[in-house]
Amino acid sequence: MAEVKVVGLWKRFGDVEAVKGITFEVKEGEFAVMLGPSGCGKTTTLRCIAGLERPDEGDILFNGRRVNELRPSQRNIAFVFQFYALYPHLTVWDNIAFPLKAEKLPKEEIRRRVEEVLEMLDLKGLERRKPKELSAGQKQRVALGRAMVRRPEVFLLDEPLSNLDAKLRERMRGELKKLQRKLGATTIYVTHDQIEAMSMADKIIVMNEGKIQQIGTPHEVYHNPANLFVANFIGSPGMNFIRCRYDREGGRLRDESGGIEIPLSEIAREKLGSISTDEVIIGVRPEAIEFHPGPSPRAIEAGVYLVEPLGSVNVVNLEVGGEVIKAVAEPGFSPSVDEKVWISFKEVSLFDGRGGDSIGAMGGEELWRR
Amino acid sequence: MREEKLTALILTVLLSIAAALYLFPVYWMVSTATKTRLDALSIPPKWIYKPTLEHFKAIFSRGSGSSFAHQLLNSFIVSFASTGLVTIFGSLAGYAFSRFPLKAKDDLLFFILSTRMLPPIVVIIPLAVMYRSLGLFDTRLGLIIAYTVFNLSFAVWMMKSFVDEIPKEYEEAAMVDGYSRLRAFLKFVLPEMRTGMVATAIFSLITSWNEFTFALLLTADKARTAPPSIAQSMGVSGTNWGYIAAGSLLLVIPVAAFTFILRKHLLRGFTFGAIKG
Repeated sequence: MAEVKVVGLWKRFGDVEAVKGITFEVKEGEFAVMLGPSGCGKTTTLRCIAGLERPDEGDILFNGRRVNELRPSQRNIAFVFQFYALYPHLTVWDNIAFPLKAEKLPKEEIRRRVEEVLEMLDLKGLERRKPKELSAGQKQRVALGRAMVRRPEVFLLDEPLSNLDAKLRERMRGELKKLQRKLGATTIYVTHDQIEAMSMADKIIVMNEGKIQQIGTPHEVYHNPANLFVANFIGSPGMNFIRCRYDREGGRLRDESGGIEIPLSEIAREKLGSISTDEVIIGVRPEAIEFHPGPSPRAIEAGVYLVEPLGSVNVVNLEVGGEVIKAVAEPGFSPSVDEKVWISFKEVSLFDGRGGDSIGAMGGEELWRR
Repeated sequence: MREEKLTALILTVLLSIAAALYLFPVYWMVSTATKTRLDALSIPPKWIYKPTLEHFKAIFSRGSGSSFAHQLLNSFIVSFASTGLVTIFGSLAGYAFSRFPLKAKDDLLFFILSTRMLPPIVVIIPLAVMYRSLGLFDTRLGLIIAYTVFNLSFAVWMMKSFVDEIPKEYEEAAMVDGYSRLRAFLKFVLPEMRTGMVATAIFSLITSWNEFTFALLLTADKARTAPPSIAQSMGVSGTNWGYIAAGSLLLVIPVAAFTFILRKHLLRGFTFGAIKG
């Protein structure tokens, strides 16, 4: 298995800059997910790694060796396409055997390896079928089989689950992850679905507008997002943002309507000391909002705007100051509209209100002056 | 139920009238070709007559110039050769335009199409002068080149749109799996392009088979194809309609047969967007 490094990669299509000088590495056996909205350059990056696109600048390194000039077939990779790209006139067996035949391996070896893959992916009995006679899930497994059979150094997967229905996608997520562990394969997986990224990745590379926004473990990108984009993109419902002004002398944060006023702790003031603006955004995950039965220290008053019961939880929309924020509550907690409630934050992220970069994350308790 | 029957009846009648209108020239051609000169010109027209092959005999035993058989052979060679070239070049160029990031691609495509905007009669005089000095005048090769160039623009556009419909992931997957681009093209793209190639070939064949202006002005006798020769039989001493009809009938049969043989592909080919996987 290989370690993959992308260094200063640029790719332009005419006037459009799809990828703008990105650098990252994926360690041997690691499951890396490139996550971002459509058009953020993640698929282009993957295609550059595969050799299907030629980078305008920058290097692609496999185990330290530059592979820019190598053809896709010389890079010892496997690529799983969004639309499977199974060869329509070949049977399941021939589709899986195709890369081995292209390599001109002996017949016996091909038979053995195809059998092994069919067994592993539970495709026995479908060998003689053509792609059009398969369900979406089966096609997906054949595409994976064709990728696995070569025992490539790097697996590249381009939104492989996006054409499956929700139930099947959920099941395949687990199976893919298990398979990757079993093969110990270096994997780069592209998706726009943050749930896929969170549930499968060892490392998430968040991209937007051709640039990397953050590289980190699922825990890091969720709890300590590097900027407003990452904070907003990851999590469902997304992070709440409360725009505030920082009163340096008083050491307080006030929201624009004046409904929230937070006297800041020493730690919080230290963090805010480094920024040049007095515009600060408080980010709070809906799960990090706690309800209190009545007024209490460090609790903010809020009005109930709407309750969305989702079965396992209730999403309570609250009016705080001038903004509506979402909070996740127990299914039993169902206040009526316009009712007054008191909330506190278990965990917050602070962002520079101008550039949107993170200033730091901390527990809700740490934010308040004692 | 009754309404449905009535609709079907009206449709049948309307379609029969339309078919009669469309097929009448064909009927005229077949009947005039097999009538004697006297029967052909009789008023009122004779619906029942004794068929004759005298015009066909006359065509094949004409006194002056090269024989009609020779001209038909010229038509065959020139049309099929240029169609072959047009289909091959058109497919390759269409593939390139569809798949590769070419500089000024849109301008090039427009330029290619623009060559088709001038009517042949406008380009024919400089072309005839060039052909004379290049020794291509009155040669089959000359006509093959002219038809290939003339039909290629259309073929490139048509093939590009067909290739656009074929997901590029097939060849990319094959390239990742160990094939070169050429091998991937031959094994996975070419079979998918077949429908488009047949449609392009038929269009090209019909155009070059029926082409008149180039054939008339770029050939004299040796390389002359059938269409101008039929027109030439409109002599000063009155028009021999039987002769013209017989010649036209002989001209229609090969293209009709070619189209009939390939009709299955053609029908699929006309539904451009519908071919996938």
